[in-house]
Amino acid sequence: MADTKIIVNCETGEVTELELTADEVAQRAKDAADYAKAKADEDKAAADKATAKAALLAKLGITADEAALLA
Amino acid sequence: MANTYVKIGSTVTVGLAGAATIDFTSIPATYTDLVVKLSTRDTAVTANTGAAKVTFNGTVTSYTNRYLTGSGSAAATGSAGTTFIDAGLGSLMPTTGNTASTFSNIEIYIPNYAGSTNKSLSVDAVGENNATAAYAGFNAGLLSNTAAVASISITSTTLFSQYSTATLYGILKN
Repeated sequence: MADTKIIVNCETGEVTELELTADEVAQRAKDAADYAKAKADEDKAAADKATAKAALLAKLGITADEAALLA
Repeated sequence: MANTYVKIGSTVTVGLAGAATIDFTSIPATYTDLVVKLSTRDTAVTANTGAAKVTFNGTVTSYTNRYLTGSGSAAATGSAGTTFIDAGLGSLMPTTGNTASTFSNIEIYIPNYAGSTNKSLSVDAVGENNATAAYAGFNAGLLSNTAAVASISITSTTLFSQYSTATLYGILKN
């Protein structure tokens, strides 16, 4: 079954349901791929930062709570 | 009660087959602000991965996201996405992988939508899940485009599940 969109015309109140066009399907796929990559990059950056922080704390021999006291 | 919070058009309730996108078109410029209320669930398989991608006037560039979320045990920030505003806050809306029959509760507030400045919006959202991780958060979004908002599209990750609803309201500040 093709993906559909529900359209509400706010002037008339009419609600219609249509199949997505080829362009809309392509844009939807592109958006999903772009977003997945951006999210993965962001998640990796956050994980890398957490790993570096844990390594530094271990090197200093202090806990995260103790490090917070230095801020 | 003052006539300041007016439903525009009709409430959408998604049917059995699901829906990829919900569009509100021909939005009149007669209000001060707009509010979209969503109660949505996505057919994606993995839990807490549903997005509600918001775009204005068919524009798919020049968006900025800044969101803050909490899972119940950890907090996170994010800014991913330039082709839409994610009202699902990093795709945390309930999905098929979440507890059955749970839905998000999302409000999207769009101030000065008919003005001639860039279009900002704020999102506050919670998911629902009878499990350890259940998400809540906020998103501050911007579309760097000055055109008045005449249409709003809200797109799912996979499909909005049956019984998902969307309602658009106009706010008048007298």
